[in-house]
Amino acid sequence: MSIKFIHSFFGLFGYVGQRIVDTIELTGYTLVLLLQAGFYTKNVFSKRREILKQMYIAAVKTFFVVSVVALFTGMIVALQTGIEMKAFKQEALIGNVIIATMTREMGPFMTAIILTASVGSAMAAEIGTMTVSEEVDALQMMSISPVKFLVMPRVVAMAIMVPIMTVYTNALGTLGGGVVANYQLQVSWEVYYSHVLESLHFKAVYTGLLKSFIFGLIISGVSCAQGLRATNGALGVGKATREAVVISFLMVLIIGYFITAVFYGKE
Amino acid sequence: MIEFVDVYKYYNTRAVLKGVSMRIERGETFVIIGQSGTGKTVSLRHIAGLVDPDGGDVIIDGVKMNGAKRRVKTALREKMGVLFQSGALINWMTVGDNIALPLVEHRLHPPDEIEKIVAEKLHMLQLTDARDKMPADISGGMRKRAGLARSLVRNPEIILYDEPSSGLDPVMTSVIDQLIRRMQREYNITSVVVTHDMGSAYAIADRIAMLYQGEIIQCGTPDEIRNTENPIVRQFITGSLAGPIPVV
Ligand SMILES: Nc1ncnc2c1ncn2[C@@H]1O[C@H](COP(=O)(O)OP(=O)(O)OP(=O)(O)O)[C@@H](O)[C@H]1O
Ligand SMILES: [Mg+2]
Repeated sequence: MSIKFIHSFFGLFGYVGQRIVDTIELTGYTLVLLLQAGFYTKNVFSKRREILKQMYIAAVKTFFVVSVVALFTGMIVALQTGIEMKAFKQEALIGNVIIATMTREMGPFMTAIILTASVGSAMAAEIGTMTVSEEVDALQMMSISPVKFLVMPRVVAMAIMVPIMTVYTNALGTLGGGVVANYQLQVSWEVYYSHVLESLHFKAVYTGLLKSFIFGLIISGVSCAQGLRATNGALGVGKATREAVVISFLMVLIIGYFITAVFYGKE
Repeated sequence: MIEFVDVYKYYNTRAVLKGVSMRIERGETFVIIGQSGTGKTVSLRHIAGLVDPDGGDVIIDGVKMNGAKRRVKTALREKMGVLFQSGALINWMTVGDNIALPLVEHRLHPPDEIEKIVAEKLHMLQLTDARDKMPADISGGMRKRAGLARSLVRNPEIILYDEPSSGLDPVMTSVIDQLIRRMQREYNITSVVVTHDMGSAYAIADRIAMLYQGEIIQCGTPDEIRNTENPIVRQFITGSLAGPIPVV
């Protein structure tokens, strides 16, 4: 074995080790940030205007995309499963499938993905810009907590908005599924909706909403953490934005799975 | 009183400050000069407690700033106003709201009194017309003055200025210089000013320190600096191309 190989082997070792340490450190930072934001929710009333503004931004920015994605998610699921079900003459049950997948999985997931891409990225970019242009330092010098001033309103807004948008996604997805059921699978609206209502379980709704609430915390927490840790000017802001999107996306995927496993894993 | 005791600071193994020691007296106007990237902003950030040194101590009025508990840090910062290099206005608030921010956020005064204080600071820095404008819609020099107005609203005892006159026209530079001197005369304020502008430095300083490659190579009165024997300082203050400072 050449010295060069050994050297690069240990180099890799060091690199991987460093990445693990960085990841743990970043996770800790993000969790502490969320806890601090939780502490500052005692100031929700005095920050209500900022919270409403953030909620409004989240809704307006994503309304169109969420609508299209929700509609087509329902349509795609209905078409894919509907074709198979039709082969077994079970297409009347398509309503059950749609409402179950939408409320438990697809609704929270799709909504979270879109909000990560549009709202989370913008959050990281905005706070990142404030960090590198010394605005966050200025807040600190005025003894204004950046967590109270910037992070808490965004976290609260997202914790409220992701569930609301999820309900909207579910409704529109179900509608989309109905359209496909009606026109492609020849299932009448009455049959479709009776089956939708049949499978509209309270448990599915609340796990979905719990999920989307947690997704809201993840997206805002990760994005704010990345923004606050930005260094190195505009380049750093770009990096923070990218990391915020990638990390939020992975966390939504992984934690979403575990929430489902906890509530539905043992049945 | 602000004291640096053998302060070291590293960024990515590169030493930015290499054993800086200085003592800034109460009521003094202390000017730090030096090339771009030598750690002038980093020095100010140490005083503000925004970064901690890797070695040595930063002491403000007898209290250690580095490693201090949050409450101690907050108390020390309450005495300070900082003018950041870019002004650092909150970008989604109007100039007036920015200046009012520290007072509003801490509910230090009733609203109509805050209004009055803001109007007074706006007038002082000739910004009255910019009150309802957004930071993005005013010039860099105006942003800087607005930042200065904001750092003055809590009546600090210590003001840190990071290049107050860069981006200002000569007349406005004189206005700021006079303001710094007036703050010292009338309220006995301690000022630490980072600047490239030697004219300003001579006009306002009680003492001038030159930072070069992470060390203070000379510290003295404006006259001492003007008549320096040190070739590096000499080259810097005259802006000459010939001398020991590498020119690329
Ligand atoms: N957060 C940081 N991370 C890494 N390096 C940093 C950081 N802050 C400052 N530096 C480095 O420290 C050095 C000194 O920076 P500083 O901002 O103090 O320069 P300066 O003297 O204020 O220059 P200028 O006149 O251009 O403002 C620079 O080389 C800079 O790259
Ligand atoms: Mg600087």
